[in-house]
Amino acid sequence: MALQMISVRGLEKSYGDVRALTGLDLDVAEGSVLGVLGPNGAGKTTAVSIMTTLLRADAGSVSIAGIDVAEEPSRVRSIIGLSGQYAAVDEHLTGFENLDLIGRLYHLGNKAARVRANELLERFHLTEAGSRPVGGYSGGMRRRLDLAGALVAKPRVLFLDEPTTGLDPRSRNDLWDVIRELVANGTTLLLTTQYMEEAEQLADEIVVIDSGRKIAQGTAETLKTQTGGDRIEVRIDSELDREKTERILASVAVGEVVVEGRVLSAPVSGGPRALSIALRNIDDAGIDLSDAGLRRPTLDEVFLSLTEAETHQLKEAG
Amino acid sequence: MNRTRLAFADGFNIARRNMIKVRRVPEILISVLVTPVILIVMFAYVFGGAIDIDGGSYREFLVAGVFAMNVVFGATFTGAGLAEDMQKGIIDRFRSLPMSRSAVVFGRTASDVVYNVLTLAVMAGAGLLVGWRINTSFFEAAAGFLLLLGFAYSISWVMALVGLMVPAPEAVNNASIMVLFPLTFLANTFVPADTMPTALRVFAEWNPVSAVAQATRELFGNIPAGTPEPTAWPLQNPVLYTVIWMVVLIAVFAPLAIARYRKVAARS
Repeated sequence: MALQMISVRGLEKSYGDVRALTGLDLDVAEGSVLGVLGPNGAGKTTAVSIMTTLLRADAGSVSIAGIDVAEEPSRVRSIIGLSGQYAAVDEHLTGFENLDLIGRLYHLGNKAARVRANELLERFHLTEAGSRPVGGYSGGMRRRLDLAGALVAKPRVLFLDEPTTGLDPRSRNDLWDVIRELVANGTTLLLTTQYMEEAEQLADEIVVIDSGRKIAQGTAETLKTQTGGDRIEVRIDSELDREKTERILASVAVGEVVVEGRVLSAPVSGGPRALSIALRNIDDAGIDLSDAGLRRPTLDEVFLSLTEAETHQLKEAG
Repeated sequence: MNRTRLAFADGFNIARRNMIKVRRVPEILISVLVTPVILIVMFAYVFGGAIDIDGGSYREFLVAGVFAMNVVFGATFTGAGLAEDMQKGIIDRFRSLPMSRSAVVFGRTASDVVYNVLTLAVMAGAGLLVGWRINTSFFEAAAGFLLLLGFAYSISWVMALVGLMVPAPEAVNNASIMVLFPLTFLANTFVPADTMPTALRVFAEWNPVSAVAQATRELFGNIPAGTPEPTAWPLQNPVLYTVIWMVVLIAVFAPLAIARYRKVAARS
């Protein structure tokens, strides 16, 4: 088994009456990418702040590469990189000066800090902008610079807290490319996001958190299968065939068949097989279709159904 | 030893960053270099004509007061700068680095000293132009400037704590107007305290800013001949009284500010 680079156990944190984390467990294997997905206020930033030594947990433990964050925070700081929700760059300094300062504060030495700053500017396509104050940068450039800042000391573990929030789609894609490249080079990454697409694009594994704890975990595929699963969706040519089609679909469905105008959809398990049976029966019955297919739920739908189920459970418990 | 050296290096790098900022943000230069000169000239010519000091020149009396006021206000930079860094998440970045836990606040307060040295230099130049003179030895004059810088430095630590506690940089300016204005005006900075109503006079006599101004006047030789000996203990021993304030302020506020820095969390 690969070494767990990040290991979180029973993490709890409250701000006054607000319980931000209520027993969070996470594991990230070396060289892998964990996407932490959750709505606003789910506790993502609090969790990252504790893992990166910015906050102390009320209970529970975090170890990074086997080092306990509460016991040896400075050792942890020297192997991690953090890029937060807000691009933490000084807008009065130039891009170069920002990175150079961070390098000096990592105690790389003045010369090495300079070299590293230039290296990173080039890698993030900021060489030309590097001599201008950051105040004039676009949002995407600031994020790239901030990410570069997190990489100055070649961290073994990288934390990105909602790295693309507020970016336009193009800058987001650019940043994704950069992140993929990092991961390809073996960096362990924990990424928080509100965007399912982002988690699906970048993460090996996804943890969905809500109200401060984990409510689901798996790859994008397993999460989709776990909740709701596939649906057969057909569009009939003639309204007259509706009842007949509904009966056929009901015979393969695992739940209620939904009819909306000429579109009928039915939840199924073992998608492709159910689809081919249904289509054969429809064909045998002489019904004409204008469209038919197997639809997998989007990660958005999975996410919504998970968080809704959670809210529902809480209400019943309360 | 190595840790101390690294902590100093960290503090130096933070201060260096603040210095780069001076070149990029003209407002800082204006408030460090231009405003003090305007104040000297304004007080010298606007009030100077109307206020008489027995046996001496108001301009000589005034300059030390303007020095004291300006260096005290210089501490606002530390507070506003830290509040701004916190708001922008830069403090979070620093706190995630393996750097010294106290370097950011030390670097900030050290930058105030540099600003204040610049401010004092231009104010002294402006003072000389309007007729202010140092009538004592080089060492006494140097001691006067050091006292001004030292006292301002202790106020920087107070403002550092304020800056790390407020929700936004603007709040630092409000706090400094609410606290520093009375502190610098309810004092003998611009006029002798003798003519104030009793309550105010007592406040002014025990106000450390008065002691700073008094001490500086004595060290520059700007107390007009024939001025009666002050009756309040702080003004009889202004250097000692100022140093006591400095030590107490730093001893109390430096640990508080550093502890606060370690704790400030990302706006969750």
